[in-house]
Amino acid sequence: MSEGRGNGEPQEGPGRPLPPGEPLGTGSGAHEPQAGEVEAAGRELLHGCPVTEALGQRTVHTDRRRYLPLMEALYRDGFEACMGVTGVDYLTHPGRDLPEDLRAERFEVVVELLSLSRRERLRVRCQVPEADPRLPSLFDLWPGSEAHERETYDMFGVVFDDHPDLTRILMPEDWEGHPLRKDYATGHVPVQFKEAPK
Amino acid sequence: MTDAPTGGGGGAARGALSLDELLKAKTSEGAQEMLARQDSTVRELRSEVGGVLRLPEGVDIDASDVNYEAPDDETMILNLGPSHPSTHGVLRVMVEIKGEQVLRTKPVIGYLHTGMEKTGEELMFHQGSTNVTRMDYLSPFFNELAYSLSVEKLTGTTLPDRAVWIRMLMCELNRISSHLLWLATNGADLGALNMLVYGWRERELVLAFFEKVTGLRMNHNYIRPGGVAADLPDGWRDDVDAICDVVSRRMDEYDNLLTGQPILQARMDGVGALDAATAVGLGLTGPLLRSTGVSYDVRRDFPYLAYEAVDFDVIVGTGGDCWDRFAIRMNEIRESLKIVRQVAKAMPAGDYRVQDKKLTPPPRNRIDESMEALIHHFKLFTEGFRVAPGDAYVPVESPRGELGCYVVSDGTSRPYRLHVRGPSFSNLQALAPMARGGFIPDVIACISSIDPVLGDVDR
Repeated sequence: MSEGRGNGEPQEGPGRPLPPGEPLGTGSGAHEPQAGEVEAAGRELLHGCPVTEALGQRTVHTDRRRYLPLMEALYRDGFEACMGVTGVDYLTHPGRDLPEDLRAERFEVVVELLSLSRRERLRVRCQVPEADPRLPSLFDLWPGSEAHERETYDMFGVVFDDHPDLTRILMPEDWEGHPLRKDYATGHVPVQFKEAPK
Repeated sequence: MTDAPTGGGGGAARGALSLDELLKAKTSEGAQEMLARQDSTVRELRSEVGGVLRLPEGVDIDASDVNYEAPDDETMILNLGPSHPSTHGVLRVMVEIKGEQVLRTKPVIGYLHTGMEKTGEELMFHQGSTNVTRMDYLSPFFNELAYSLSVEKLTGTTLPDRAVWIRMLMCELNRISSHLLWLATNGADLGALNMLVYGWRERELVLAFFEKVTGLRMNHNYIRPGGVAADLPDGWRDDVDAICDVVSRRMDEYDNLLTGQPILQARMDGVGALDAATAVGLGLTGPLLRSTGVSYDVRRDFPYLAYEAVDFDVIVGTGGDCWDRFAIRMNEIRESLKIVRQVAKAMPAGDYRVQDKKLTPPPRNRIDESMEALIHHFKLFTEGFRVAPGDAYVPVESPRGELGCYVVSDGTSRPYRLHVRGPSFSNLQALAPMARGGFIPDVIACISSIDPVLGDVDR
């Protein structure tokens, strides 16, 4: 897809800087290949980000540095609708399958995109480090991501920069912790069939 | 609760808090609420002109459209809900009005949040459907379906034909019952109170059939990974025929009762209009999106089950207002009846679930005879079945729009992450652009035509 856009430039949004506090070079995005380029190893790239296909579903993997340029490029590619933004905390499952040049981080933000004109779906999985869980907001591209990003912030503590109203959405305002993190205690009480030993 | 009416006494015990402050301290949602103009950011105030409309690049918001400087005493923030009959559950809507005109609208949600996604991580895959079925409680089959399809995608299971067609039958009947309930509550919200009774009455017909098939009127846990829980009972065709006959006859009556009703039409016509670009940008789906003229239906565009084999129309509106959404839902009931008739006619024979004993339990009577069946049964219900590592997102077209289930598996018998993209959650974002410029009664009409189910919003 989008073979026509092949100027090889990193696709920066107009006047939209990288998220603050992002040390450059944490990702491996030094090489910015063309959109739709296929590397020698046979891996498919979309706007410089590796694409995997599993179970008939296409996924683009990215790190935080390339996240916003990728999303802007995908928006221009015709993915008009953002079906959802959610997170996954990979604290207890670090050994997942990822393209090899991508460093696995604790958090992943997963975005489901939909192109109504082409009847096509695409999933974007972005690695978000535990030490500084921030991502730029997609609000300016897909305003419908607003509530989803608030939910992701509420449940995982991922901060979305430039979000218009980043408050908790499901949990009470004064709640402590982010419930869908894997290290969040559930208050689980094991079932006891006998009286506890004294 | 107990100290509130005591007034001065309760207040004195808590220091200098007055009764007003006490109540506020108990009910405030802090920054989640709609704040006064001077406390809101400009970006947030953009919600006044279309929720969260995207502006063309380089263009800032038209300052004459939003009055950032409006003194607080000119506008009033009105609170609707969370306990209000027109909010369809525990939805709380804060509305800023100037005179009688609505400026900003903000839904405050979370009152029904029970952490179902977290619970889903604790339950084994075969237990999961009993959890997700409680999310959108008016269309439980669709929750189970989205969950089961995504688990089956990860396990690579192909279902027997009969299981697929039973699922289709139940889902389309569920769409009918859900839309009938919407007709009922929409009538009640807009003052057509007799419709409230009729809608519930017809829905009860469908629910009685559900009870016959699944044992429960709601929250069925019927569609499970690997097929469905039980075969259709004897005589199901007669029941389905009866439902189709009654509902299609009554739909004509409702056309007479509602569609030709000038007062009801005036309450909906031109109210809460959305344009297609806004609807797509907000991620709306279902009747809300189709009312703006965007023809998107997961059943047709990303076919699942056997929807390619049945004939149905996707109903699309033009005006994007409440009246269009009313017409779309009315006609979707008829389309679903059409599908139900086709499914009942073409229902294939065969198994109602896969005969893979690692995935579905053996029949109860086999357990007494076969050691192997006993072992399979024991293993399945103590350890569950393992699912290969990976992730999958499967959308289905629920009565409210695209209901998607994102499952991540780490190779164990429990989902590592279970996320449900509830259509009501996204659709609720449309309330602000729909309600702007209207009156408070129009807000009620807008909430009603979004058809949010708070179990689906809050999960």
